[in-house]
Amino acid sequence: MTEELQDIQKNARTTAELVALVEALVFVADEPITAKLLAEVLEEERESVQAAIEELAREYESRESGLQIREIAGGWQISTRTEFHEEVRKFLKTRPSAKLSLASLETLAVIAYKQPVTVPEILEIRGVQSATSIKTLLDKRLIVAKGRKEAVGRPMQYGTSKDFLIQFGLKDLSELPSIEDFEDLVS
Amino acid sequence: MEQEIEQYNFDFHKETAQIVGGNSDTLNIKIGDFAGPLDLLLFLIRQEQANIFDIPIARITEKYLEYIRLMKRLDISVAADFLVMAATLIEIKSKMLLPRDPSITDEEEFEDPRQELVDRLLEYEKFKTAAGMLHERSTIEQAIFTRGPIESDETNAEVDASVFDLLTVFQKIVARHVDEIKMEIHREEISLADMLKALKKRIFETGELSLLAFFEEMHSKRELVTAFIAVLEIVRTESVKLLQSKTFGDIILKKVS
Repeated sequence: MTEELQDIQKNARTTAELVALVEALVFVADEPITAKLLAEVLEEERESVQAAIEELAREYESRESGLQIREIAGGWQISTRTEFHEEVRKFLKTRPSAKLSLASLETLAVIAYKQPVTVPEILEIRGVQSATSIKTLLDKRLIVAKGRKEAVGRPMQYGTSKDFLIQFGLKDLSELPSIEDFEDLVS
Repeated sequence: MEQEIEQYNFDFHKETAQIVGGNSDTLNIKIGDFAGPLDLLLFLIRQEQANIFDIPIARITEKYLEYIRLMKRLDISVAADFLVMAATLIEIKSKMLLPRDPSITDEEEFEDPRQELVDRLLEYEKFKTAAGMLHERSTIEQAIFTRGPIESDETNAEVDASVFDLLTVFQKIVARHVDEIKMEIHREEISLADMLKALKKRIFETGELSLLAFFEEMHSKRELVTAFIAVLEIVRTESVKLLQSKTFGDIILKKVS
């Protein structure tokens, strides 16, 4: 088969075929797969892949599937629906656990909203040393070092990672509610 | 406040804490479970039902210090940051006691000593709330499951290994083992008795023995010393002569016939 013929073949994929292919790839991907990567693998236009993945997500939604296709951390992921967590847990024999301490969550919140942020800046806001929390967050790969700040002592700056977006179910950082919104809730 | 009274009595004149109900472990967690001094301060303000914009600083300072003392009594290590806050509170409290400068009449110019603390508390509380939001999000995310790992070259690399690979690894292990042995510190201590026996055997078999050659055979300082003592011993106890043909030359041990 000549290359030209192959091209014709690919472009001849029907929308349904493309949706099915996208479904297969999203299923096997270990982490959220981007529309860009899907387009590269399938050798299709980014737009048509994007349309296909959105169509796929809608299909799962409309037939009230036990699975869902979600946009997360800049990519797409297939997962179970929250509603079925009890049954899934029963089968997997897992229990929900508090993954982070209060101090670590606070530190993470400061980093998420103030990134890139240095240790002294975190101390300023939290009023307490956060070294242990920072280590925990680094170990859990929720935060990453983001270079040094051009200030006295050139302190290391930290920011959130892709794993942070995944673990907290965020498409991107802009999906976080604005920190000023919390002001209304305060006092 | 009431809930706290149920759990402990605090006599701050005597600075002793009495645990009234529950076991000390749960109380420890309850009291030590503040994310930081600002967290504790917010808790106290709420407990006292005080207005954050008009903090009754004397009362709150007192409560704060009570807590710090209690933490100490209960052997909870009080982080330095808690003490820094205590000092800040006392400083603000003392500033509040000072009469206002009568020359400043304009309300705008008057700076409330509490202002900086209030700003910090408000700023902190935003992030505390954000932390709560993150906690909720992660709880929801924990109810979502993705599929388990699929076998791929990356996740299951050993399928590629052949017998040859196994041999290569084995060789490496053997090589490392050899290295390890080389690094081992030899402490094969030969006793003086054994050394004497060996020396005697040599002399009585061959009739004479070059000391230089004998000492050269020794591997360590320790052995050398033992050999030297053995020579001294054999000269003293056995019928052996020491012969030296020239000054600083080799010494021959010779059996006396």
